[in-house]
Amino acid sequence: MTKIKSLADLRKIKEDLQEKIRLRENADQPEKLVQIKVGMATSGIASGAKEVMNFLIEELEKRNVEAVVTQTGDMGYCFAEPTIEVILPGQEPVVFGNVNVKKADEIIEKYIKNGELVDGIIPRNYETIDNK
Amino acid sequence: MAKYNQHLLVCGGTGCRASQSDAIVESLNRALAERSLDGEVKVVMTGCFGFCEKGPIVKVLPDNTFYTQVTPADCDEIVAEHIYKGRKVNRLLYTNPENQEHVSDSKHMGFYRKQIRIALRNCGFIDPENIDEYIARDGYAALGKVLSSTPEQVVNDLIKSGLRGRGGGGFPTGLKWQITSKVKADQKYVVCNADEGDPGAFMDRSILEGDPHSVIEAMAINGFCTGASKGLIYIRAEYPLAIARLKVALSQAREYGLLGENILGSDFSFDIEMRYGAGAFVCGEETALIHSMEGHRGEPTFKPPFPSESGYLGKPTNVNNVETYANIPVIILKGPEWFASIGSEKSKGTKVFALAGKINNVGLIEVPMGTTLREVIYEIGGGIKDGKQFKAVQTGGPSGGCLTTKHLDTPIDYDNLIAAGSMMGSGGMIVMDEDDCMVAIAKFYLEFTVEESCGKCSPCRIGNKRLHEILTKITNGEGTMEDLDNLRNLGQVIKDTALCGLGQTSPNPVLSTLDNFWDEYVEHVTEKKCRAGVCKSMLRYVIEPDACVGCTACARNCPVNAISGERKKAHEINQDICIKCGACVEKCKFNAIFVR
Repeated sequence: MTKIKSLADLRKIKEDLQEKIRLRENADQPEKLVQIKVGMATSGIASGAKEVMNFLIEELEKRNVEAVVTQTGDMGYCFAEPTIEVILPGQEPVVFGNVNVKKADEIIEKYIKNGELVDGIIPRNYETIDNK
Repeated sequence: MAKYNQHLLVCGGTGCRASQSDAIVESLNRALAERSLDGEVKVVMTGCFGFCEKGPIVKVLPDNTFYTQVTPADCDEIVAEHIYKGRKVNRLLYTNPENQEHVSDSKHMGFYRKQIRIALRNCGFIDPENIDEYIARDGYAALGKVLSSTPEQVVNDLIKSGLRGRGGGGFPTGLKWQITSKVKADQKYVVCNADEGDPGAFMDRSILEGDPHSVIEAMAINGFCTGASKGLIYIRAEYPLAIARLKVALSQAREYGLLGENILGSDFSFDIEMRYGAGAFVCGEETALIHSMEGHRGEPTFKPPFPSESGYLGKPTNVNNVETYANIPVIILKGPEWFASIGSEKSKGTKVFALAGKINNVGLIEVPMGTTLREVIYEIGGGIKDGKQFKAVQTGGPSGGCLTTKHLDTPIDYDNLIAAGSMMGSGGMIVMDEDDCMVAIAKFYLEFTVEESCGKCSPCRIGNKRLHEILTKITNGEGTMEDLDNLRNLGQVIKDTALCGLGQTSPNPVLSTLDNFWDEYVEHVTEKKCRAGVCKSMLRYVIEPDACVGCTACARNCPVNAISGERKKAHEINQDICIKCGACVEKCKFNAIFVR
């Protein structure tokens, strides 16, 4: 380990290290960030949800979008897997179906960044008690 | 740097480690590796989450799922279900006792809702053995900021913040620093008092186990402000985990050059050594602590001179408690105004309490000063165990007193607690219910001080012994009304004349129970009755003749043959022979034996 020689050094190191725990800090205040839930039941995984989830996590970071990406159980839309639910801060959740990597890219660019709706929205027909 | 999508935080406090949290970390890692998830999910052992009642705790991030009472056997299911398939393992979630619903996010649990975590900000959040995680949380930034400022400025800020010593006395911390800084000497010392001795208290231990760097950083700041180049941590040898983590933290800080010569390129040099206490309660008193560190007997000496003038090896020494230190880096980064905006008028900031006793949520909490006892006991603590009646709460350890239902709405701060006949102390809070006898409780605490008295001054050495004898007499059913007067008078004299804080406060449990539970004392004396059924000598075991079928089970099991009676006829207990062991009650299948 090299010694930290000045406050400026310390600040720089902090910036680098913060990445490591950003996930934890974001988890403390998910309501202020973009929250994405990826349906990861058997049908979701079989349709490539895992790949989509990894894509979302990596790309959101690259594109500087502060987001909390979590997996969730079967959302019930087995006909349209992989499904993801996106909650923009202070807005109602929106569910997208048949999300592949290409679609995920479009969702990030259009919906998450600009709030434009894109094709593939599934009307939400349930209430969650998750966040009680 | 590997990129992790999820973090699994496992509590690594002493309590949860005792329930195998080491094995949990291992099992989680194994289960993740089996599914090739070990590159995506990181398992971190953190400090105490505070919710010790339901430990061991495993928290899944980023979705904030809070699993309770996890065993190594549950780990596979957590990984297979939650991590892999996104289905929460319901049976391990916390159940809200009010509506029996599962609560998955800790933020929605009553236990956490009212808390503000300043001193505990990193406990249960970072890996205490990894300085990088502390730095990522703005660690050592306060030290950096201070080094580019002047000691006067920092001390003034600290005074403005209103921070008072968290070890019990409540002396303004900034003022203490100012006094030490103004004394001229060739060598000065700063000392961290980690000799946490109150029964049932574990605030300081948890901070040192969960966030050791915050204390180290604050001590360095203290050194800069007072002109000390050496720090000493006096810690009880009974805290092996805290000691181990401190050692790791110290060596990491040295490697980064955050301790040692010319810290962060400045002229300031500072290092810390550890000293181990052998577990004498009185060594928490600062003069006794200093003597113990010097290798002398842990006995207090008269103040003045205060340690700030003449302390360790006769040099000016600034002694602060662990929790006080843990607050300081945040105050410096966020500013004194921010800190002063939290809390009550004369007590600023928050206080950590260790909740113990007959309460549902035993654990470690941090609340703003001015929170009421009712909020702490019922909203955070979840009320009294088994739905019993609240009777009293003991604060301040053996030096404190008991508060009752009439104090439930008192906002907790230094001054209010003293006005109510108790004290803040270091933050132990022991809750008692209807099954606790207050005379016996007073006796228990006095037993502790009698044991721990160093014997140097007579009020403490002899006075407490006599107090204890009188209490023993009362609990044996031999007390008189005169004894009650003597208790009060003697207690007052000890309070006024003892040498150090230990002696001066030792009669508090007796005096406060006399004030608040006078009726119970009188009952013990005049009616020879202990309403809680704790004082054995006052109990009478009686067989209800109508309920007794004469099965002889009680008579056969009585170890002293105190029960007589013919088969199939009601039995009787000879009170002169009965030793009140209760064996008959356990054996009676017809609930025919009563305790009166």
